[in-house]
Amino acid sequence: MGLIAFLKEKFSKKNKDTKVDKYQEGLSKSRKNFSSKLNSLSERYKTVNQDYFDELEQILIESDAGISFTLNVIEDVLNQSKRDHITDPKQINEILVDKMFVGYAEKGDIQNDVVFRENGPTVLLVVGVNGVGKTTTIAKLAYRYINQGKKVLLVAADTFRAGAVEQLTTWAERLKIDIVTGKPESDPASVAFDGVKKAKENNIDLVIVDTAGRLQTKNNLMLELGKIKRVMGKEIEGAPHETFLIVDATTGQNGVVQAKAFKEVTDLTGIVITKMDGTSKGGIILAIRDELGVPVRFIGLGEKMDDLEEFDLDKYLYGLCVENN
Amino acid sequence: MAFESLTERLSGIFKKIRGQARLTESNMEDMLKEIRVALLEADVNYKVVKEFTTNVKEKALGQDVLSKLNPSQMLVKIVHDELIELLGSDDSEIKYQTGRPTIIMLVGLQGSGKTTTAGKLAYLLKNKLKKKVLLAACDVYRPAAIDQLDQLAKSVGVDIVNMGTKVNPVDIAKAAKKKAYDEDYHVLIIDTAGRLQIDEALMDELNNIKRDVEPQEILLLVDAAAGQDAVNVANAFNDKISLTGCIMSKLDGDARGGAALSIRHMTGVPIKFTGVGEKVTDLDIFHPDRMADRILGMGDVMTLVEKAQQELDEKEVKHSMNKMMSGSFDLNDMLAQMKQVNKLGSLGGLLKLIPGMPKITPEQQEMAEREMRNFEVIINSMTKEERKHPELFKYSRKQRVANGSGKTMQDVNKVLKKYEQMKEMMKKMEQYRKTGKMPPGGLGGMGGMGGLGGFPGM
Ligand SMILES: Nc1nc2c(ncn2[C@@H]2O[C@H](COP(=O)(O)OP(=O)(O)O)[C@@H](O)[C@H]2O)c(=O)[nH]1
Ligand SMILES: [Mg+2]
Repeated sequence: MGLIAFLKEKFSKKNKDTKVDKYQEGLSKSRKNFSSKLNSLSERYKTVNQDYFDELEQILIESDAGISFTLNVIEDVLNQSKRDHITDPKQINEILVDKMFVGYAEKGDIQNDVVFRENGPTVLLVVGVNGVGKTTTIAKLAYRYINQGKKVLLVAADTFRAGAVEQLTTWAERLKIDIVTGKPESDPASVAFDGVKKAKENNIDLVIVDTAGRLQTKNNLMLELGKIKRVMGKEIEGAPHETFLIVDATTGQNGVVQAKAFKEVTDLTGIVITKMDGTSKGGIILAIRDELGVPVRFIGLGEKMDDLEEFDLDKYLYGLCVENN
Repeated sequence: MAFESLTERLSGIFKKIRGQARLTESNMEDMLKEIRVALLEADVNYKVVKEFTTNVKEKALGQDVLSKLNPSQMLVKIVHDELIELLGSDDSEIKYQTGRPTIIMLVGLQGSGKTTTAGKLAYLLKNKLKKKVLLAACDVYRPAAIDQLDQLAKSVGVDIVNMGTKVNPVDIAKAAKKKAYDEDYHVLIIDTAGRLQIDEALMDELNNIKRDVEPQEILLLVDAAAGQDAVNVANAFNDKISLTGCIMSKLDGDARGGAALSIRHMTGVPIKFTGVGEKVTDLDIFHPDRMADRILGMGDVMTLVEKAQQELDEKEVKHSMNKMMSGSFDLNDMLAQMKQVNKLGSLGGLLKLIPGMPKITPEQQEMAEREMRNFEVIINSMTKEERKHPELFKYSRKQRVANGSGKTMQDVNKVLKKYEQMKEMMKKMEQYRKTGKMPPGGLGGMGGMGGLGGFPGM
């Protein structure tokens, strides 16, 4: 398993010891659920058989990883177990985790933090369907980078939903940073433009642009995102430099459809999965990665501004599959 | 491959068992597998799928296949009927009190749509049922949640109890109840903060509100895109505060909404309303039959028809349909047809409700519109006679039209080719109408509307 060891090395290199507790605390519910299931599963079986694989399938499907992703992984594991004559349930579980790990790793880049430009403001656009946690995640991200000494500016380009501007403004006040807002119902692209312009004039390091929630089926709203993007690109070269899709951990199979649609209009550079402090396991991110290659950058673990952690694949999968609490 | 319609999935299997008159264990096995996949892709809970497919199998075993159906259609019918029965309910109405206020409480996870729905319910009750409505803003946690409800109350034109964020939600609810009683409101709608079902402190808070205001309705908001865990959430809320119903939000998207089935099956709690957009007018009563279609990926056919009717010029469609059927379809009709179809296309999401319909990107849409404009210019350069009898076109006529319209010969040929294609399709449809048999290859979901003639690449 040289490759796997190498990959694991690659992933688990940084700040192993900091903030692990919070992450584990946050994930413990979902992890307990999943891993205790797996463990009781391996205890009930001395050697694996078809029933064992059926139950593995159930565990993955119930995590929202999706039927086609699940069937593929399980089939892989099944084949390897046959080929290598492995019948020990514990070992089978290891293979399952490794397959998912390598599968994820092979699909593209791994990156957590926002990639900052050498000079001038870095622009981060935040998109997603309604109610997934865009605005809250923006506050969390701002908090993270303020703590790293960056000068952060918020832009309230959700001019549509009642109270949205007030919501982000409240966060800006709590964070003690500047915010650019427009009039209610005004063109979000013009607010975004004002935002990046102001960022340039004020030596801002990171501009985070909030957008209204939109279902991916609304053509005109999706086109509007394209416009927001273009307008910012005219003011600052290459902007937006990062575009994060926010995905709610409770999302089922429509998550893949969402990611696809948003990727078409905005060149997603990452995903933040929110509400991982609940009981949903967020398996949809595996299906999204599988189909589209978009990396998960952060996970949301609550409603406060410090409830954000870097996504760590190793921990995620181990938490999901093997570890015992 | 994701999200094929069930009918599509089954048609392949059907070929193998064509002509069998009875549903048996063996001829159903593959079909049941596909049904299972379809339900799982629609986010119906794993355990619910298992029970459901077992039930269906028992019901279907040994049933004679109805004379007009093939075995797979028969099974889909059984599944569909079963779904409707499960989803449907007699108690989806809100029970209004007489002589005192009816109190409705909205609860759910964060971001599930409670506040927006409070505004929609207020609108519905005020305008359709002529009730005097009061809103209570009890989400003191999420920044600006109260601002949001406040703005909604203003735009709907109803009163609101807004005590800011420093007061305990239970006290706000109690004050609102008192106001509702004192000032003879018909309905009080209480908006609560989103919460996780495992957050004991906040679940206790809900219970306290319930204890003190004694609501007649406690409605759980469920997102149409919710995954496998939705039934655990619903179960927990139901155990703690006894739900009287569910509202499924965001059904204007393309999520299949399988959670509706799971929740209904596992908790027995009826679904009462559906949210179909962000505006205050976007609340519908729940239709079990449409939901069943949607979960099965059969397209929300009714919704489609309704929406299409609003957009399409019905007379125009009928006229060209008649002409199509009578074989006198000409280039004028084709142009009219394409315009209608393009209108439909510009409805964006609507087309996605049709199973098997490939997704139309904004670029494709634009291309289709450009193509249509081209066609229009070209057809306008033809004589009346030519439009009625496209078979007249020979080289010289084509050349003239090309010059006249400022297009190329190739463009003109394209128009004529499209015409031939549409005519061919109509022949098939006519055949279908007469024999009741699908021509090989089918008509495509939009056959009746001109086969999406306007869209390139379809
Ligand atoms: N439990 C939990 N709630 C969250 C998380 N992120 C956001 N929320 C809540 O989800 C709701 C919707 O969030 P909001 O940021 O307004 O979503 P937006 O509509 O996408 O901007 C709010 O009540 C947030 O407090 C999270 O990681 N965990
Ligand atoms: Mg927002």
